[in-house]
Amino acid sequence: KFSHLKSYFESTDSPEHFLQNTKYNAGDADVFLSTKMAAPLTLLFIVAITIRAVLFRSSLADLITERVEVVSPLNAWKRVVEGLALLDLGVSPYAGDVFHETPLMIYFFHFVIDYAEIVFMVSAVCIVFLLQFRKQKYALEGDRYPLDCLELIRTPREMLYIPLKVAMFYLLNPFTILSCVAKSTCGLNNAVIALFILSTIKGSALMSAIFLALATYQSIYPLTLFAPALLYLLQRLYIPVNWRRPSFWLFTTQYVFMYLGSLAVMVCLSFFLLNSWDFLTSVYGFILSVPDLTPNIGLFWYFFAEMFEHFRLFFICVFQINVFFYTIPLSIKLKEHPVFLIFMQIAIISIFKSYPTVGDIALYMAFLPAWNHLYRFLRNIFLVSVVLLACSALFPVLWHLWIYAGSANSNFYYAITLLFNVAQILLVSDYFYAYLRREHHLTHGLYLKRKDGSEATLVLK
Amino acid sequence: MAAFRSNIFMLAFFLCGFSVFVTGDFQEELVIKPLHSGDIYASFQFRTQWDTDFLLGISHYRLFPKSLGQVISKFSVRELHISFTQGYWRTMQWGQPFLPSPPGAELWVWFQDTVTDVDLAWKELTNVLSGIFCASLNFIDSTNTVQPSASFKPLGVGNVTDQRFLRYAVLPREIVCTENLTPWKKLLPCGSKAGLAVLMKSEKLFHSSFHSQALHIRPVCKDWQCKSTSWELRQTLNVVFDLHTSGQGKREWSLFKMFSRTLTEACPLASSSKVYVDITDNPQGELFELSPATPLVSQAVVLGDGRTYSVYDLTDHATFGQTHSLNVLLRWRAAEREMLRPLLHGERYVAGYGLQTGEIHTLVYNNHPYRAFPVLLLDTVPWYLRLYIHTLTVTSKGRDNKPSYIHYQPSKDRLQPHLLEMLIQLPPNSVTEVTVQFERALLKWTEYTPDPNHGFYVGSSVISALVPSVVAMDTNNTQERPLFSSFFPCKEESTYFMRIYTEPLLVNLPTPDFSMPYNVICLTCTVVAVGYGSLYNLLTRTFQVEEPSQGLAKRLANIIRRLRGVPLLT
Repeated sequence: KFSHLKSYFESTDSPEHFLQNTKYNAGDADVFLSTKMAAPLTLLFIVAITIRAVLFRSSLADLITERVEVVSPLNAWKRVVEGLALLDLGVSPYAGDVFHETPLMIYFFHFVIDYAEIVFMVSAVCIVFLLQFRKQKYALEGDRYPLDCLELIRTPREMLYIPLKVAMFYLLNPFTILSCVAKSTCGLNNAVIALFILSTIKGSALMSAIFLALATYQSIYPLTLFAPALLYLLQRLYIPVNWRRPSFWLFTTQYVFMYLGSLAVMVCLSFFLLNSWDFLTSVYGFILSVPDLTPNIGLFWYFFAEMFEHFRLFFICVFQINVFFYTIPLSIKLKEHPVFLIFMQIAIISIFKSYPTVGDIALYMAFLPAWNHLYRFLRNIFLVSVVLLACSALFPVLWHLWIYAGSANSNFYYAITLLFNVAQILLVSDYFYAYLRREHHLTHGLYLKRKDGSEATLVLK
Repeated sequence: MAAFRSNIFMLAFFLCGFSVFVTGDFQEELVIKPLHSGDIYASFQFRTQWDTDFLLGISHYRLFPKSLGQVISKFSVRELHISFTQGYWRTMQWGQPFLPSPPGAELWVWFQDTVTDVDLAWKELTNVLSGIFCASLNFIDSTNTVQPSASFKPLGVGNVTDQRFLRYAVLPREIVCTENLTPWKKLLPCGSKAGLAVLMKSEKLFHSSFHSQALHIRPVCKDWQCKSTSWELRQTLNVVFDLHTSGQGKREWSLFKMFSRTLTEACPLASSSKVYVDITDNPQGELFELSPATPLVSQAVVLGDGRTYSVYDLTDHATFGQTHSLNVLLRWRAAEREMLRPLLHGERYVAGYGLQTGEIHTLVYNNHPYRAFPVLLLDTVPWYLRLYIHTLTVTSKGRDNKPSYIHYQPSKDRLQPHLLEMLIQLPPNSVTEVTVQFERALLKWTEYTPDPNHGFYVGSSVISALVPSVVAMDTNNTQERPLFSSFFPCKEESTYFMRIYTEPLLVNLPTPDFSMPYNVICLTCTVVAVGYGSLYNLLTRTFQVEEPSQGLAKRLANIIRRLRGVPLLT
């Protein structure tokens, strides 16, 4: 590892040149595709699309469509079709409590209902294209660190493989495949978030604000991505986060206006499409007040099925605030690292949101290869992976025992959701720990010494 | 003395007033129909008619029960139909009932169009009726009330079709028993003291295969010109006795065997009091023997078929004979014949397994050999079975049969049920199958009934139809007819109105563990705390190089050294 980094340094004149080089290679998709990565990526796409196409045609598709882990009341394809059927009958889709998609979504599907499978496959592939660009930032890091940290900085060759790894992690992740085959609209929401990340990293404030507004409009929770996007754009424009600087306020105000403006346009457009505000309670009220207790992989359903009636409102507030709460401290702690902040926020949303599905998890898991330089600092990745795998296998088993065989009860399934969420929390906090630790090493050197010269261990204090 | 005289005067005035203003008419009748299955169907009908306007607020009641009159005037009721039924009417074995009713309690009310807040009036009305009939009608709320658009038209005079003033609710789980019968009997002018009502002993009535008591209030034409209306109160009670099992194998029955009473007099207030026995299948007496014999025979067109009845007129003293009691006795001579299949018949069941999804199948049979006719199908499904209307299929004879009219109102969680109304054309001699898929919801633990694993009831589907009639129907509604043949107004000669109810459904829902609330709250909060805690930990702390703490011995040695003033150990 070290040797080829050295050889690299021998071959180039300065770190700056290296940075520009990588930036060029990484930043431009066409150039990137024309290089040697094109062949494996194409192969990957073909494999991924084949798997999906085969599953769409197989008898498994119906089974997958019904799985509570894969679809939630918010994004089930069956409910989209029901909403369209209600429109055909001349009934507002929001008159009942079955349909919870946004009005723009129903009009989108009104036109593409016959091509739904293709839409979902294309959106899955698109996400991969969109996630390609995230590596740029890491190339920028090189210059200001102590020399013994060189092995912490990624080599251009490692960087080169990241897009392929991200693509594999997303496209071949069974969670993504299931979500796509079930035609869960979660895939489209992921695509919107990916578009938002892309446009943010490209530095387009307007597009970033529009896509963030679209993501918020779809499911509220991406609201918390506002802070990382703003931090990233400020960083890109070399505007320091400083309360006293007018340039900071100017840009922040601009971005807020763009965001709120596009959000208002979308909401008003929805109003004019159906000529009623019913969708507000039916979509956002539904997300926030959690009236549908259909089991899923999240923490909400059993908790609120078993909740005492007079504490219900209190705990709904607590649980919903919990999702948004982490934004401020995380933004303060990670204000230099907005991309990692985006990852943290997406992960927290997908763990603590009211109707999570495996599609949400797949989105943040696609980021993991981008943090493979943190691997040496992860503490319990093996345990967590094993727990996640075991839980994924146990979900259908315990569901079958409870719902079909009748030999287990709801507690079994609930126990697995608890374990699954603990594993996710450990995974995310482990990555957070590793990231902070790497940052610490980058500033203080990799091999820390105690005062007496012996090898030191790092602790959190 | 003057005061006394004026009192006398007042009394005289009131007595005159009664004869002038308070006119009314009370009729009672009992129809006994030997069924083809060997069971006995007894149907009581009591009709009180009163030419008055309740909405003006009146205070003198004679035949009409005051409690109901006050309900009508307070809530501005136009029509009120309520029934309490225990058991399910088996159309395929018993044919059609005179008055259909679904298992459990059914209530439908048309309000006057002067009512501004119909929902409030409905809510109060159900609570009042709940008190009057000692029934759980107070459980009727928005989650089981619907406003059907076509199935429940007013049965009385008047041409109101705005469904905003209609409310319909069914409680399929309602158990009907003596405490519902007693208040119902008390509404009769003679109570259960005289007339046909003496036969209503609850231990016999409820020892039966089917028991249904109902009450219908509606405005009807006063006379044949129909220039003014009067109020009609109809109380009906239908019982099916299974005398095969209770009769120790003897195939004979009598009033005494059925009701453990005999008739001794008519209700003195009744203008007509009759007992009808259906002898259509037995014109020459070859099938059964009826005693005492009666010379009176009546013909009536009932449910599209001409029927013949032996009639016992209780207002005539000769009917009771020398024993001063009437005990109608029927002795079978031959085995019963096959019954003609009823023209219209409905069935319903839930398909699928597991507690996640399911499918409701409704089968509607048209047994007419060559006539097709349309039926209105009404389905009310509670919100916790989430219907997917895009999965609705209607097939007849293996082919898709698209309903010509669909009225669908989706459910709102914990607020309103699904309402599905369809107009389906039934091809002749066919079975039409209506299927729709649903998803079972997980409820809050407090929303389950005390025995959640028993399942949840879904009320019967209502099938209303104009069925082709075998004989010409009597369209002259004002003509004097037996009560049992004159309930549903008849507008055409070739068809008659029929309503049938399918079985209620019993559906299981997934249940949480009811003993777990504390555990679940603790465990879930722990997981959230793990998330919060680990992030808090990483957010608030920083990395530092760990300096090993000194050993205990060294620390003690340093304390001693400090006391001695010697340099410390490092």
